[in-house]
Amino acid sequence: MIRFQNVTKFYPTSARAALADVTVEIEKGEFVFIVGQSGSGKSTFLRLVLKEEKPNQGEIWVAGKELARLSHWKVPHLRRQIGTVFQDFLLLPNKTVRENVAFALEVIGKPRHTIAKVVPEVLDLVGLAGKEDRMPNELSGGEQQRVAIARAFVNRPMILLADEPTGNLDPSTSVGIMRLLDRINRTGTTVVMATHDSHIVDSMRRRVIELDNGHVMRDQSRGVYGYAR
Amino acid sequence: MRLRFILSETWLGLIRNVSMLAALVLTVVISLGMLGSALLASKQISTMKDFWFDKIQVSVFLTKDVTQPQRDAIASELNHLPQVKRVYYESQSQACARFRKQFQDVKSLVDNTPCSALPESYRVQLKDPQKYLVVSSAVQNMPGVDEVQGRSKALERFFRLLNKGQAAGLFAAGVALLAAVLLILNTVRMSAMSRRRETRIMRLVGASDLYIQGPFVLEGAVAGLIGGIGASLGVVLVKVLLIDGGVHAMFGNVVNYVGWNDVLSIVPILLVVGVLLAGLTSLLTLQRYLRV
Repeated sequence: MIRFQNVTKFYPTSARAALADVTVEIEKGEFVFIVGQSGSGKSTFLRLVLKEEKPNQGEIWVAGKELARLSHWKVPHLRRQIGTVFQDFLLLPNKTVRENVAFALEVIGKPRHTIAKVVPEVLDLVGLAGKEDRMPNELSGGEQQRVAIARAFVNRPMILLADEPTGNLDPSTSVGIMRLLDRINRTGTTVVMATHDSHIVDSMRRRVIELDNGHVMRDQSRGVYGYAR
Repeated sequence: MRLRFILSETWLGLIRNVSMLAALVLTVVISLGMLGSALLASKQISTMKDFWFDKIQVSVFLTKDVTQPQRDAIASELNHLPQVKRVYYESQSQACARFRKQFQDVKSLVDNTPCSALPESYRVQLKDPQKYLVVSSAVQNMPGVDEVQGRSKALERFFRLLNKGQAAGLFAAGVALLAAVLLILNTVRMSAMSRRRETRIMRLVGASDLYIQGPFVLEGAVAGLIGGIGASLGVVLVKVLLIDGGVHAMFGNVVNYVGWNDVLSIVPILLVVGVLLAGLTSLLTLQRYLRV
């Protein structure tokens, strides 16, 4: 589903590589944690998958396509197969919960009746039934993240990228979000989650890819956050 | 569906960003109003030039012993000059009649000037009186020509002044246009910043450029159109209040004034510049947020 082949990425502002000769393969339906300290290259990894950045060297394959050969106007189609969730939720403050989720479908030209059908379904899935007409600022952090996940998942993407989705949440709320991501993973969606929350990684026992200064230090199935623990 | 989404987003954007829209519209009104006024001033000067130009002729006086073939040669030479608009022939008796009419109050002068003392002449009207020297050098040395009289030195200076005034007007229009570009650019950039989150989400969920840019560019174009209409009203006000009601009322018909057709020729410029300027800057500004 996602394959990095000797990928190196430099940012123009830094002499050090954000990712250095990274080779990783993530299969369809996997749940993968990418761990490491801030600046280790986790976010760069996710941005490269979305083609928000281009690698300096190496090849990146996503959903069977090599990204360097994907023309500019096809990038939106790539992104429709990838849902994205962030630490800061990235909701539209002047739209209701329902409108926030529907927005993701409207802007890719889905017909009205489809939107009317699938938005309640996905809100039900993330546990927000009954809160469709709330505004984001009326919701708790965990609920806001559920809206963001609903928006990322409403188009049934093959891949869900989550960049520190529990970074702004307290531990008990985080557990609920992880259950939700796990449920989404069970529908066959590949989930890639960047985090430095060791409790979550240790409790989930999923594949762990550890990055350090842009290098892959460890790639372990059913792993924990760090060796020392 | 596609069109409906873009139109409804445009409409929502217009309502939601009323203050931003008002800023953009006012920016366009003020800067294009300046542009329109400068253009109007420049047109006023060119109207004044035309007014004076029409009153100016070059006179080619003929010698007393001029022969018919010489007259024909001079006439055809004048008619062939590309700078010449029209050539009138004034015979001795016509010259005499005009002289008598012109000086009818000075009886002694009329009485003491026999018609035979007045030369026959060609009166030449030029397309551009500033090209007077071309005419004079073309016929000055032809047989039968006595003297070529053009414009006086004072008139020369007056025209130079008008030319400078017109150049200054066009320069002011250029500066106004530059100011318009910069002001609109700034306002649009602010508007683009204010919807950065929206743009980011659209990019992430895979919206095409049309969906992301469409509403924003349309919004800019609508603001530009409203601003252009406002600026046009401003120019109309300048014409009604300042020119018709002010200068014209004060100085009367000393010269011609810019007419409504001049105003009408400026209005489409303002509308098109308003729409294109605001629309294009919107497009280019947002493009920076779309770079993949």
